[in-house]
Amino acid sequence: MSSITIFKRELKSYFAQPTAYAIIVIFLILSLGLTFTFGNFMRVGDASLQYSFFFWHPWLYMLIAPAIGMKLWADEQRNGTIELLGTFPVSTWSVILGKFLAAAAVTLVALLLTFPIVITVNYLGSPDNGAIVSGYIGSFLVSCTFIAITMLVSACTRDQVVCLIVSVAICTLMVLCGYDDFTRELAKATSPAAVEAVIAFGVWDHFSSLNRGLFRLQDFIWFSTFIGLCLLGTSTILSAKRA
Amino acid sequence: MIEVSNLTKRFGSKLAVDNLSFSVEKGEVLGFLGPNGAGKSTTMRMVTGFLPPTSGEAHICGISITEEPARAKTKIGYLPESAPLYNDMTVIGFLKFCAEIRGLVGIEKNEAVERSIETCFLTSVAHQSIDTLSKGYRHRTCLAQALLHDPEVLILDEPTDGLDPNQKYEVRQLIKRLGETKAILFSTHILEEVEASCSRAVIVDQGKIVVDGTPAELIAQAPNGSLTELFRKLTTTDTAA
Repeated sequence: MSSITIFKRELKSYFAQPTAYAIIVIFLILSLGLTFTFGNFMRVGDASLQYSFFFWHPWLYMLIAPAIGMKLWADEQRNGTIELLGTFPVSTWSVILGKFLAAAAVTLVALLLTFPIVITVNYLGSPDNGAIVSGYIGSFLVSCTFIAITMLVSACTRDQVVCLIVSVAICTLMVLCGYDDFTRELAKATSPAAVEAVIAFGVWDHFSSLNRGLFRLQDFIWFSTFIGLCLLGTSTILSAKRA
Repeated sequence: MIEVSNLTKRFGSKLAVDNLSFSVEKGEVLGFLGPNGAGKSTTMRMVTGFLPPTSGEAHICGISITEEPARAKTKIGYLPESAPLYNDMTVIGFLKFCAEIRGLVGIEKNEAVERSIETCFLTSVAHQSIDTLSKGYRHRTCLAQALLHDPEVLILDEPTDGLDPNQKYEVRQLIKRLGETKAILFSTHILEEVEASCSRAVIVDQGKIVVDGTPAELIAQAPNGSLTELFRKLTTTDTAA
């Protein structure tokens, strides 16, 4: 119940300020722009969104998710409103959950507004719409993962800029780990076991299987574990800060 | 209503609150005096359940704040020191949010918000965005938030800080009026406030209570009948410490 109250407040706050609009517009311009330029959507002539459209999402999220999530706790700590939250009869968990869902909702709105590309590809050919849905799910899960990371970083600092830089760095690392060019270079330098470990840490492997239309239980477990751990870490940091 | 026993808070090697014990009954207004850094805010943060104490215990209406924080917190209204608010909300939006999070819904919520707005004289700014408010209004908005659920215990950290003389007078009158039916703990370093609105006062220095009594008793102890002299005699200045 209190999670819903927090969720509504956070979401209103995103849309009361230019933050959400700026982020959504930039995401739409970049994701659709990249699809038609570097993504070669028209030239390839393949009725699929896998490489032309979804491929860019992790790269965009690694910048956009930290921008959405950086204020979540940093702002509360700077303004002192964390003291209000801490003395309301609600658990830290419900606040964390409410905030996380609000940030995730902003990316969900951005993602859903890319629907014209789905209409376009259906108009031009006959794509596998199941794979498109699963691509969207994968994309959303990646954004949630990055928001969870940002939230964890946000709990550590009261400075939004520090939070932005640190979270972008971590998210970038997670995109690069498991990205083909990067792992190929890594394989030359280290052992296969190390490469496996690095790939497992990155989002790419889990995202691309969903992007291909493959529902693997292990990917869902990976995403939910990673998000769960980040939120748990947030709660631990927040209570450690008060002790 | 408020029972504090042997409350201690240590930040690293610094002892902020040292084995503090006191109690506030219903109908009593306890003034919490002391120089800056004496541990007043830390004590209040522990009593409200924001900070966990290193040792010791606080009970609100008989409920332990460390063992049953959620239930104890429903009994408390708290005004933090700097009157923190969400700047992106309107006054009424903020109060509705606070009422909702305290479990008030529907008519009950709207009535609580309206009552608080009236009590704290916020009618003229109710629909204004919080970041455009003057300091006095910000303070009163935060105070309104503390009164929403008609709590049995009020904890106010420097409620008159930064207000002009008229506003100070209003807030003191309000505290006095509310104190008839509630237990109030409020901190200040304005000594005249003690005489104006407290039924009892304690002076805290370096985390310890150095004197406890009614304003009249305190004045009787003072070297030349002035609270300021007593305060200066009993507390350490930060240049000396």
